[in-house]
Amino acid sequence: MQRVHLQGIAKSFGATKVLEQIDLTIEPGEFLVLLGPSGCGKSTLLNIVAGLEQPTGGRIHFGDRDVTDLEPDQRDIAMVFQSYALYPTMSVRRNMGFALKMQGLSTAEIAAKVADVAKLLQIEHLLDRKPAQLSGGQQQRVAIGRALVREPQVFLLDEPLSNLDAKLRADMRVELKRLHERGRRTTLYVTHDQVEAMTFASRIVVMDKGRVQQCDRPEVVYAKPANRFVAGFVGAPTMNFLEGELALLSDGPALRLKENLLPLPGLWASRGLQVGQKVVLGLRPEHIGLAAADDVGTCPGHVVMTEPTGPDLYVRIRLAGQEVTSRMSPGQAPSPGQKVALELDGKAASLFDVADGQRLN
Amino acid sequence: MKPSHRAPTLALLPAGLITFVCFYLFIAWTFAISLTSSQLLPSWDFVGLLQYERLFASARWWTAMGNMALYGILFITGCLAVGYLLAILIDRGVRAEGVYRTIFMLPLSMSFVVTGIIWQWMLNPGLGIQQAVRGLGWEEFAFNWLVRADRSIYTVVLAGIWQQSGLCMALFLAGLRGVDPNIWKAAKVDGIPIWRVYASIITPMLRPVFFTAAILLFSLVVKSFDLVVALTGGGPGFSSDLPARFVMEHILNRQELGLGAAGACMMLATIAAVVGPYLYAEIRQKKGG
Amino acid sequence: MRRLPLYLMLSIAALMVLFPLLVMLSTSLKPLDEINHGSLFALPQDPTLAAWTKAWGGACISGTCRGLSVWFANSFAIVLPALFCSLALGALTGYALSLRTARWVDMLFAALLIGLFIPPQVTLYPMIVLVREMGLFGTLGGLVFAHTVWGLAFVTLLFRNFFLSVPRDLLKAARIDGAGFLATFWHVMLPLSLPVCAVALVLQFTYIWNDFILGLTFAGPGQQPVTVALNVLAGSQFGQQEYNVNMAATMIAALPTILVYLLSGRLFVRGIAAGAVKG
Repeated sequence: MQRVHLQGIAKSFGATKVLEQIDLTIEPGEFLVLLGPSGCGKSTLLNIVAGLEQPTGGRIHFGDRDVTDLEPDQRDIAMVFQSYALYPTMSVRRNMGFALKMQGLSTAEIAAKVADVAKLLQIEHLLDRKPAQLSGGQQQRVAIGRALVREPQVFLLDEPLSNLDAKLRADMRVELKRLHERGRRTTLYVTHDQVEAMTFASRIVVMDKGRVQQCDRPEVVYAKPANRFVAGFVGAPTMNFLEGELALLSDGPALRLKENLLPLPGLWASRGLQVGQKVVLGLRPEHIGLAAADDVGTCPGHVVMTEPTGPDLYVRIRLAGQEVTSRMSPGQAPSPGQKVALELDGKAASLFDVADGQRLN
Repeated sequence: MKPSHRAPTLALLPAGLITFVCFYLFIAWTFAISLTSSQLLPSWDFVGLLQYERLFASARWWTAMGNMALYGILFITGCLAVGYLLAILIDRGVRAEGVYRTIFMLPLSMSFVVTGIIWQWMLNPGLGIQQAVRGLGWEEFAFNWLVRADRSIYTVVLAGIWQQSGLCMALFLAGLRGVDPNIWKAAKVDGIPIWRVYASIITPMLRPVFFTAAILLFSLVVKSFDLVVALTGGGPGFSSDLPARFVMEHILNRQELGLGAAGACMMLATIAAVVGPYLYAEIRQKKGG
Repeated sequence: MRRLPLYLMLSIAALMVLFPLLVMLSTSLKPLDEINHGSLFALPQDPTLAAWTKAWGGACISGTCRGLSVWFANSFAIVLPALFCSLALGALTGYALSLRTARWVDMLFAALLIGLFIPPQVTLYPMIVLVREMGLFGTLGGLVFAHTVWGLAFVTLLFRNFFLSVPRDLLKAARIDGAGFLATFWHVMLPLSLPVCAVALVLQFTYIWNDFILGLTFAGPGQQPVTVALNVLAGSQFGQQEYNVNMAATMIAALPTILVYLLSGRLFVRGIAAGAVKG
């Protein structure tokens, strides 16, 4: 297994900077997910790692090997494309064996390897078909198979599941995860779908505007987003943001929103945060809940609308003049128009700088 | 150069060489020769614009140019009109549409030489249509354009339209098929008569197709050589001569290379004057959109 | 029955297109006597294939009296290698152009495209000089070369536009799989372009077979294509014109392209449309 090390990678097309100064290390056997909105540069970065595009600055190392100037086929990688990019005129068998044929392997060797992978992916019965005769899910499997056959040091996937329907996507997520756990190949996976990112990643790299915004384990990215962009991009429904001043009540910290004071029990305000400082408070929907009747330190809300999704219920609530979303279980559901007492989970709250959006706590 | 760009560059070498040498260098060569006194063989005795003066003083050249203008206007209008009409008829939704389409495009698959010979036979005054119609009782019927110096160029127009209308039909049909069907529904709802829809809505929409077809036909007109050779041989006399034939004859048979080259350059200038702005507009449009 | 006028007009038009061909066919089946004394419109009283036999095997053209068959074979000898060369070069060039590796590649394409409009008369003589310098004048090789050059712009245009429509991911996948420029072309792109190859094949066959000017100029005395021979036969001013033989010869010369057109069906139409819709 290889360590992939990106050092100061930059890419620009003319005056347009697509990537700026990307430093990243993918540990051997790691499943690293590049997550970001479209146009954030994640696919360009993947193409650069693959060798399909040349960076305008920086170096790429696979282990000790500097691969920056190597052609894709000399890098010992394999790649799965969003469009699958199966060769339409070749059978599944030839599709899977093509790279090996280009490497000059004997027919017998190729046949054996293709058979192994086909068995692993349960596509043996499809080997003699043409891609056009396969369903989307089958094409996806073949595309993955074509990559696996090469036994690459580094496995690159570019939004491989986004052309599948919801159910197949869920199945393939599980399957991909299982495959990775079996092979433990160093994997770089590009997606704009945060569920995929959460499912697979040993670490998630959130990108925006050609820069790495945060690189950490999924649960950290979710719980402690490094800035407002990450906070807003990861998590659905999105995090609630309230802009106000920090305040201190007798029983703990709070946020002053105009004339309202919202208690935030448990908020761990450290390092240079001062009472009266302007901040943006970030609270995930599950961290806004109904208060028990006898609780102290609650804040009054006004239910605007409810949005049932099955297991959960999202409730739009007017709180201190702003609308926030709260996640509740269907049993708790208040009805629109109702006045409710809310409890904000200060322990889980994030605080961001008003000006640059960086995390403060 | 990036390693991955080496092979494609190498692969473009033959085509690049051909383009440079056989298109542009050759044009320059012909232009240079048109400034010399070359006769049977190229010689580099420069005489300025003498060959052009000779060309412009030649009545035969002006006949050929006049013929080209007349032929061009009639042939292009004729093909566009007939082709558009046929395309509309087919597009009205007929059964066995494929059969009609195949028939209308059949002449396209034949060479100009074949077309010329067929029409030469049809228009032969002694044995062709004229004689046949007289045989039916119209003793005075006259259709002897082929042997009349003031009419012979029209026979070229006739044969040309017969052969190339199918091309226009195919282009127009593709254009008509590309029209949003909702336009027809909207026109129906508004109660607009069909001919009106074609005249006021569809035809303006197909303007680019008209342009493309006209340009294509125009380049055929300037290159026209085989048809006139096979049909009229440029005659009677030089009455149906065309610049392409004029040039070929002076270069290959009359040992007037310089004069022929001057004629060729005038042909190229004619094409450039018409096609140049079209290509320019096309490229600009592509960049804008 | 509202559509009756529609069908009537279409049928009249179809008849007008077919009429000259039917006249040609009927004339070729008549004996000379019947032609000289009968009507052009009359069907053959006594159909005979004698004119066809003579046109094929016995008519005198340029001093040899072995009929059109000799020239017919010449045309095939020209068409087959010319087709191969022009398709091979056009496909490879079109593929390389479609990669658009640099700005100059697009400029080369534009320069090539303009070539579609250059009248052959402008470049004919220098081409003769070049072919002569190459020692190919009057040989089959010279004629094939000329056809390849003159067909390059059209064939390249056809292939380049097709290859440009192939998803870029496919090229990336091939690169990752270790296929270089030629391997990608051979294993991935060329098999994909078979429909375009067919279109190019049909149209180039038609153009090359129907060519007159290049055959007239570049072919050696014994090698001229059938179009040139036909023009000599029908245009000959000497002696009694055998119209039935001329018509039979004309049909024979036209038959291959007509057959290709009829058999290829829509390919021909697609090629014509593709040629008209510039890059």
